[in-house]
Amino acid sequence: MAKVKGDIVVDIERCKGCEVCIAACPVNAIEMSKKVNSKGYHYMEKVNDNCTGCTNCAIVCPDGVITVYRVKI
Amino acid sequence: MEENITKENIRKKENIVYKKTNLMTDKVLSYCPGCGHGTTHRIIMEVVDEMGIQSETLGIAPVGCSVLAYEFMNIDMQEAAHGRAPAMATAMKRLMPEKYIFSYQGDGDLAAIGTAETIHACNRGENITIIFVNNGIYGMTGGQMAPTTLPGMKSSTSPYGRDIVTMGNPLKITELIAQLPGTYFVTRQAVHTPANVRKTKKAIRKAFENQKLKKGLSFVEVVSNCSSGWKMTPVQANKWMVENMFPFYPLGDIKVDRELVK
Amino acid sequence: MRELKLMKGNEAISEAAIRVGCDGYFGYPITPQSEILEYLMVEKPEEISGMIVLQAESELASINMVYAGAACGKRVMTSSSSPGISLMQEGISYMAGAELPSLIVNVVRGGPGLGTIQPSQSDYFQATKGGGHGDYHIIVLAPSSVQEMADFVGLGFDLAFKYRNPAMILSDGAIGQMMEKVEFDEHQPRFTEEEIRKNTPWATVGKTPDRERNIITSLDLDPARQEIHNIKLQAKYRKIEENEVRFEKIACDDAEYIFVAYGTSSRICQKAIQLAREKGIKVGLFRPITLYPFPVKEIKELSKKVKGILSVEMSAGQMIEDIRLAAEGNIKIEHFGKMGGIIHSPAEVVEVLEQKIIGG
Repeated sequence: MAKVKGDIVVDIERCKGCEVCIAACPVNAIEMSKKVNSKGYHYMEKVNDNCTGCTNCAIVCPDGVITVYRVKI
Repeated sequence: MEENITKENIRKKENIVYKKTNLMTDKVLSYCPGCGHGTTHRIIMEVVDEMGIQSETLGIAPVGCSVLAYEFMNIDMQEAAHGRAPAMATAMKRLMPEKYIFSYQGDGDLAAIGTAETIHACNRGENITIIFVNNGIYGMTGGQMAPTTLPGMKSSTSPYGRDIVTMGNPLKITELIAQLPGTYFVTRQAVHTPANVRKTKKAIRKAFENQKLKKGLSFVEVVSNCSSGWKMTPVQANKWMVENMFPFYPLGDIKVDRELVK
Repeated sequence: MRELKLMKGNEAISEAAIRVGCDGYFGYPITPQSEILEYLMVEKPEEISGMIVLQAESELASINMVYAGAACGKRVMTSSSSPGISLMQEGISYMAGAELPSLIVNVVRGGPGLGTIQPSQSDYFQATKGGGHGDYHIIVLAPSSVQEMADFVGLGFDLAFKYRNPAMILSDGAIGQMMEKVEFDEHQPRFTEEEIRKNTPWATVGKTPDRERNIITSLDLDPARQEIHNIKLQAKYRKIEENEVRFEKIACDDAEYIFVAYGTSSRICQKAIQLAREKGIKVGLFRPITLYPFPVKEIKELSKKVKGILSVEMSAGQMIEDIRLAAEGNIKIEHFGKMGGIIHSPAEVVEVLEQKIIGG
């Protein structure tokens, strides 16, 4: 199976820190940041390279703040 | 070979596998963190985008938390008086049969003040799509009891829990309208997990396809959370929803191709 | 070439609607106006002009169907009678707020409550002062004949679209049920989508790439913007008051006294004028055709020339307030009302003129 590599970009200003995406990630690639955005919400961030670009986090995000990339390697 | 994959060359336009549809406006959603309204809005707009029908789709926003849906959905929209969206959708579809018409409503809007409009639009089998977000509470006005509030469930107007004797039973409106011959596709979904989001999107896509094929009324209920109304964090609310709402409002198709699903 | 028919007032409304290019009628049965819906169902206008007709589950649903159709730039209408029109007030207020052109026919019956099915004029306040919530007005046309029932459908739609505002035909059970000769214009086509996109660019007919999305709403949570919106609405009402007043004067030139009456009671007054003049009393009739905008200037002028005005209304006295406001205390103004669905007799009108105005 061709290996894939994924990556995400989070619009941290629009993340409301709801954490609904955290459980959605099958490879535990994301966690809530210790830092907060200008609204005072802890935003989500990628914490390792496990991401496979499966889009789970993005499609369950109520505010649609996650863009997902994927490449075959 | 793997080492030279850097962040820069993954994050290229051609590698995008998911991004916000431009059928959602750039306005920050007014919904509370984790609220299913945002997810549901996005799913509908992705379906409209993928079907390429932005210029033929008209939506109706209710009165309730999603009264401002037209701020977020990049299509022509009308804002309805509380409960009246199905009647409005009826008129729009009859006047413009070739347009895609959907109403987007909450539980108070659709199953309390708008019960008659809901039942009669379904009974006439209008060729429209009704999206019904059921979070068992009146969110916008501050968490009052709704027709779908569960027995014993606390709200600002059932502070000691919903008492069936004095406050009546929760109304399974979706099962009710599924009995009407006019309804063609009736389903109950959720948007709290990726799997559920995918199923909801398929259901909404099917609803719009039904409309294209003039099959009659498609009714998609989305059981959703209300963290501020239920006074829980979004993740807790979703957990509470699974443990309490789903047993009473079981997910799945209730009616497909005008046949009740056993 | 106009076509001559003999028809009930209610049916004349429906025939006129089909001919004027109305796109949709949404209504609900209620005496004394059910013929409007029945006639449309018999005629099947969908096959004539494409006009759709729908019997809704309530007046609430009907008025909101009209709201939605109007928001799509269509010529849509509903009709009902007093109790049903009360149910429609929220929808009418929404249409005034969202600036939607529509036509609402009220074939008034005696109130309050379930009241009676006999004719009345006791919905004057509701129609002209705004029966719903908020500062707004709807254009109110008062027919006094079957011909005017027909003519005011086209006029109502024209005014509604000219000002993006709901318009009402305020009739009553007598005019709705009576049969008279009526002439109809030829059939006009309904608006095409291109015409709608051009003439009513605000309509929700589908967001095309060349424009922003259209939103039809009466909501604005920002008070500053809502104030500006209200100021804009008030400016519109001033324009309507300036440009759209309509009335009819009968035997007013040499009149020393004036009846002010509209609709059915104006017909009674025409006979009363004859009886009074036979007794040497010079009285005339001023008949407002637009109840909103009310003929303030004209009544003010008249009040400077005559000795007294009798307001003849099938109600406890509602229009009389507007007459008094217009006349600004220049002369004696009294009311002679009939209620419960009873209509005045001409002789009674003359008698009261003598008692309350001439003798009083």
